[in-house]
Amino acid sequence: MIRRTCVVGAGAIGSLYAAHLARVAESVVLTRRPEHAAALEADGLRVSGRHDFTARVTAAADPDALPEPDLVIVATKTTGLEPAAAAIAGHWPGATVVTVQNGLGAEEVVGRHGGWALVSGVTFMSGTKHSDTHVEYILDTATWLGPYGETPFERVEEIARLLIDSGLKAEALPDLVPAQWSKLIFNATVNSVAALTCLPHDEHFADEREPSSLGRLVHGLVDEGKAIASAAGVELHDDPWEMNVLATRRGSAHYPSMLEDVVAMRPTEVDLISGALVREADRHGVPAPLHAGIWALVKGREAAYS
Amino acid sequence: MRICIVGCGAVGSLFAANLAQLDDVEVWAYDLAQNHVDAINADGLRLSGAGDVLGRLHATSDARQLPPCEFGIVATKAMHTSSAVEATAPAFADGCVATVQNGLGNEEAVAEHVEHVIRGTTFPAGKVLAPGRVQWDVKGDTTLGPFEPQPAPAAEIERLADACTRGGMPTHAVEDARGPQWRKVIFNAATNPVGALTGLTHGRVCERPDLRRLVSGLVEEGKAVAAAQGIELDSDPEELIDHSSRPDVAYDHKASMLQDVEARRATEIDYLNGGIVRFGGELGVPTPLNAAIWALVRGLEASWQQP
Repeated sequence: MIRRTCVVGAGAIGSLYAAHLARVAESVVLTRRPEHAAALEADGLRVSGRHDFTARVTAAADPDALPEPDLVIVATKTTGLEPAAAAIAGHWPGATVVTVQNGLGAEEVVGRHGGWALVSGVTFMSGTKHSDTHVEYILDTATWLGPYGETPFERVEEIARLLIDSGLKAEALPDLVPAQWSKLIFNATVNSVAALTCLPHDEHFADEREPSSLGRLVHGLVDEGKAIASAAGVELHDDPWEMNVLATRRGSAHYPSMLEDVVAMRPTEVDLISGALVREADRHGVPAPLHAGIWALVKGREAAYS
Repeated sequence: MRICIVGCGAVGSLFAANLAQLDDVEVWAYDLAQNHVDAINADGLRLSGAGDVLGRLHATSDARQLPPCEFGIVATKAMHTSSAVEATAPAFADGCVATVQNGLGNEEAVAEHVEHVIRGTTFPAGKVLAPGRVQWDVKGDTTLGPFEPQPAPAAEIERLADACTRGGMPTHAVEDARGPQWRKVIFNAATNPVGALTGLTHGRVCERPDLRRLVSGLVEEGKAVAAAQGIELDSDPEELIDHSSRPDVAYDHKASMLQDVEARRATEIDYLNGGIVRFGGELGVPTPLNAAIWALVRGLEASWQQP
């Protein structure tokens, strides 16, 4: 029985979880900044867009100030995962911890900081954070969950049911690795290309009509990623090219966070997305010249901030 | 001898003003920028920087005013070659036309409109400061040779090279001008778009091992496409890339394509990486990295049309 949930990191994704979970459980939030926690305690957490409501949440920047949760969702960006896991080290030994970071290996990072039961997650929902206490729910796509290590599948199903009851979309899968890889290849391709071209994820990404059409590059990156997955012995859950084509037909073009990051001159997650894929390619001895190339270009773009 | 410069931007102006120093050469310039044309006709064309030159010449934005010319030198941006040569072609009915532009495919575009074509590559560079005034940044050599499918006679190529050299633009007439052209194209295709996509200067691109590897990958593909045509590069583009990354050479140089991107102007990507991909496709040589770069820069150009 999950009575109390704690979301660690209240960015757009974390805020969407925390607000929705408040409808079916006691929702607490661990933030990085004390003033963020204070604002959430004072104003609650507003959701607009696909859903429209304001949730009451308990929030703090110090885990000692929070009651013990049954379920923890770590929803920081991949770049903020290590400090977030360190912050909850030594706390809440009975809780199940879910990771939803992009890239690979978030479970290992969290597992180094405590002996919690772990659940792997990937999420395709998206939102825009308008303030510390207001998030717009944009894409109501699913969160996929799967057991990690010894965690029983029943626990995963229980968490998925809770998310569905809260108004979000979720699915429990016996093995999440194929889905994680599908998303990794999708993100390594779409996010980096968007960051380099300044295009939102629109119809250009599926256009293969001309030799210089962007869809040809996107398809080449997906094929290179599929060859890496195959060398790693992973059978993909969804075809990343089909995910790409479907996403460009939704009508409202999505701005991947990596594009928002380069526009705002912030460090990106590229080392943990494109970099993770290239490292897997190296490990399994397959070439990845296209992903290595766009990884280098995004790193160059970051270097040009200064 | 009468020579018309087609496209009197920075590079065209270097040729026009220098050639105008010769008593035996009458120089015309065709350019669509009316204020530039008016300034040249009123006060001459003035170069400063690497050389101070004042050239007196005839400029016009109306191709019908051009008299018959023995030579044309096309120096427009690559995307304007076809329209500029189509407009001026009647003046070259009995003449030879050289292109000194960037990229691949310019000779083919010229040859659609005139009979005798000269393949050229030039290294001098500059920028237009104001109407009638051009800064000469870099001196360098020019190479001229036949465009094989529709060649100009060797004697005519030598006559044009001699005039350019006497005017102050050192120029070599050669039997095969493809080597210098491909060396420059490979250099530009491997470095300019990487600067344009990242925002980094040439030196900062080269000092990052991951980007330098990408640059080498682009060079390798270009060399393979050149080799498949039997072209011998006159020097290794890799050496040129390392040499120009030195602090005393071009470390701080912003590639012209980066300047285009910052100003949201159409780039010459179709004639650089796009040209390498096209030739590679015809010859069965794979060019995946050049194709990737081509698509990225075209995507970046497309982003400027977003609402």
